Amino acid sequence: MLRHALRRCGWTLVQLAALSVIVFLLTDLLPGDAATVDFNEQAGLGQVAQLREQMGLDRPLAERFADWAHGLLTGDLGTSLVGGGPVGAVLSSSVPVTAALAAATVVLLVPLAVALGLLTGLRAGSRTDRVVSAVTLALTSVPDFVLALLLVGVFSLRLGWLPSTWIGADGVWWRRPELFVLPVAVLLARTVCVLSRQIRAGTVTALHSGYAVQARRLGVPPARLVLRHVLPNAAVPGVQELARTGDQLLGGVLVVEAVFAVPGTATALVAAVQNRDVPTVQALTLALAAVACLLNLAADLVGQRLAPRTEVLR
Amino acid sequence: MPVTPTRRSVLTAAAAAGAGLLTGCSAADSGSSSPKKGGTLRAAFPGAGVKETMDPHAQRQFVDIARHKAVFDKLVELDSTLRPVPRLARSWSSDAEARVWRFELREARFHDGHALTPDDVLYSLSRILDPRAADHLAKNSLAHIDLPNCRKVGRRSVEIALTRPNAELPGQLAMTGTPVVRDGWNDPRHPVGTGPFRFVSFTAGREFTGRRFDGHWNGAPHLDEVRILSAETEARAAAVRSGEVHFAHEMTPTFARTVQHDSRVRVVATRRSGVQGFALKTDRAPFDDPQAAMAVKLLVDRRRLVDVVCSGRAEIGNDVYGKGYTYYPDGLEQRERDVAEARRLLRRTGLYNKKVTFYTSTAADGFAQAAHLFTEQAGEAGLRVEVVDGPPESYFTDVLSKGTVTNHRCGAMTIPTYLSERLLSDAPQNATAWRHRDFDEAFTAARAVADDGRRTERYRAVQTTLRDRGGLVLWGHPEWLNAVSRTVRGVREAPPNTVDWARFDTVWLG
Repeated sequence: MLRHALRRCGWTLVQLAALSVIVFLLTDLLPGDAATVDFNEQAGLGQVAQLREQMGLDRPLAERFADWAHGLLTGDLGTSLVGGGPVGAVLSSSVPVTAALAAATVVLLVPLAVALGLLTGLRAGSRTDRVVSAVTLALTSVPDFVLALLLVGVFSLRLGWLPSTWIGADGVWWRRPELFVLPVAVLLARTVCVLSRQIRAGTVTALHSGYAVQARRLGVPPARLVLRHVLPNAAVPGVQELARTGDQLLGGVLVVEAVFAVPGTATALVAAVQNRDVPTVQALTLALAAVACLLNLAADLVGQRLAPRTEVLR
Repeated sequence: MPVTPTRRSVLTAAAAAGAGLLTGCSAADSGSSSPKKGGTLRAAFPGAGVKETMDPHAQRQFVDIARHKAVFDKLVELDSTLRPVPRLARSWSSDAEARVWRFELREARFHDGHALTPDDVLYSLSRILDPRAADHLAKNSLAHIDLPNCRKVGRRSVEIALTRPNAELPGQLAMTGTPVVRDGWNDPRHPVGTGPFRFVSFTAGREFTGRRFDGHWNGAPHLDEVRILSAETEARAAAVRSGEVHFAHEMTPTFARTVQHDSRVRVVATRRSGVQGFALKTDRAPFDDPQAAMAVKLLVDRRRLVDVVCSGRAEIGNDVYGKGYTYYPDGLEQRERDVAEARRLLRRTGLYNKKVTFYTSTAADGFAQAAHLFTEQAGEAGLRVEVVDGPPESYFTDVLSKGTVTNHRCGAMTIPTYLSERLLSDAPQNATAWRHRDFDEAFTAARAVADDGRRTERYRAVQTTLRDRGGLVLWGHPEWLNAVSRTVRGVREAPPNTVDWARFDTVWLG
């Protein structure tokens, strides 16, 4: 078990290293660079050339990459090409916001999905199952931004209950829980549906498996059967899915942060790509990739813990 | 002119809002006819992320300029017809040749108590012109200032010497990137200006807070505090409708239609703020032939472009920049669509049934739409157009060197500024690659004429040359749309970058 975990961790590091090269090359392939983008409508080519030189963008690609990689290994994320501040500052101001959103989502997501999954899985085919399944399937197919705009339209503009945006909440957002309601609702909508479907399927499979049938025949009480035997096995695909939900959440966060003007990681990443601010793009991408890798690793380990037998199967 | 609601505007607003809201509306409007002190105004602008700056000489986006306007003042600003009006400079005059200018300064104080002196002005000019600063935008247009020969005259006036005569210096001192800073100041993290609000805090891409400066030379603002926030289109629209911000800059015609009957928000539309058009590269085939360019000018259906791309919220263009602004050549015949004549010119220049490429992008609202509409209209006259999409982020730099036909737009600026920044041989934004020595000379000579009437005549000739031979197809002058809460009073219509635009010291909350 420990050896398996270590091997996985090693692989994760290799993945991150490869990713850093790919991201560097991809951002370099984007048309234009930070100097062209920086001025937009107002300056001429002469000023752009001068700026490019000041930013060090006239140096060869390999040299810039070596510089950046060296900085990273020594714990220096570098300097933003636009604004000129340290890249670390971009991370430390944007990551907590997104982390808070993600945490709020996951805290609600797990119990909601498990409850819905069990409810429908244990009574598969019943009216409850059909209604809940229909609703979750419908919600899965609504694009995030449509749902976000609908919620804003109803709860902010018509009813006036909830704020429509984080504009102006800078520095005080953690003291205003009402800001979280609509964004988290959007993030939850799809993930709850997908995850509860997984748990439903896992529950149905577990209920009809040999050991569950046998346990029932031996007279194990239904509650104990569900909690001790069915749920842990049903949860395995759920846990894997939860890790994948991390990636999905990232997509949702992009939309949610844009619609609600949340000053988070996704906003920072989009802006950095648009500005061709390579050091910032690199740092943010690696941070996000690291989170994704760690989540998958954790899911693996937890999954094994929940149902050790599956290891044998793999 | 103070904008106090008249009886009629109250009634119109109430009628538009519907009878049920009549009482609420008139209650909101009455009792606020005279300015009220206090309160925090929240204004939202399109943001530019970490690119945003508090360096007033490096300003790029409207949100920067709005913030700097709160903290700093310029010597001169422009009124809504783009004529220079006094700010920190009380008055100005030049020698007969328009080569040496004297600006009389008014009594003003910086936020740290220091009184404005000619030294501050001289320092500001030298900082703007710093050759090492790639991002100082007015550097190019003020390059003819002869710094070593500028000097202070007494305690209150400053003499600006030029390397060549220029009657437009006051207008150029009102452009973006020209605020006056304190002598020796060089720390954008701690901006100190003479403006109506003193700096409190700023986070790039997020927000700025300024507090009322009671010592402002023009009188203290009505508001206690102004907060300028950065937000994208959807967020601005929702925030101003739900009352979370009081002012939202740059709204779409669609938004304006949506809030037509909204009792909480009104749209302040400024007519004719800048221009929309197409730029044809005149240094390469086929548009190095003025007749080919003329064919395009004749095949364009301006009315339809205005109706579709600007939802009708624009005035039809006549291939001349600056409709409604000082020096606009009035009385020119409106150019109408003439497909037959366009086809004749296309045949004559060998362009008939030939293909040209239109380089467009989503860099600005309506660009791609205008390009496709153009393709359709060109097709009707026998010119085939292929649309090529470019990346939005670097589009405005790319079009300087790329493309045969490109989108063109420009905000409000004085006509001489437009000409010198975009149409001289060495102009930084020469998107039509229009390079003609005789044109440069005619323009520079016109600009040097001290007499207003004669100078206007000379500009007219320059602009007519462009209209007949140049590569600019200027089809519309769009309205500028801002949205304000009904509680906000004193917001005036003004093209961007003019004195009353993004001006929060004369605004109050009702």
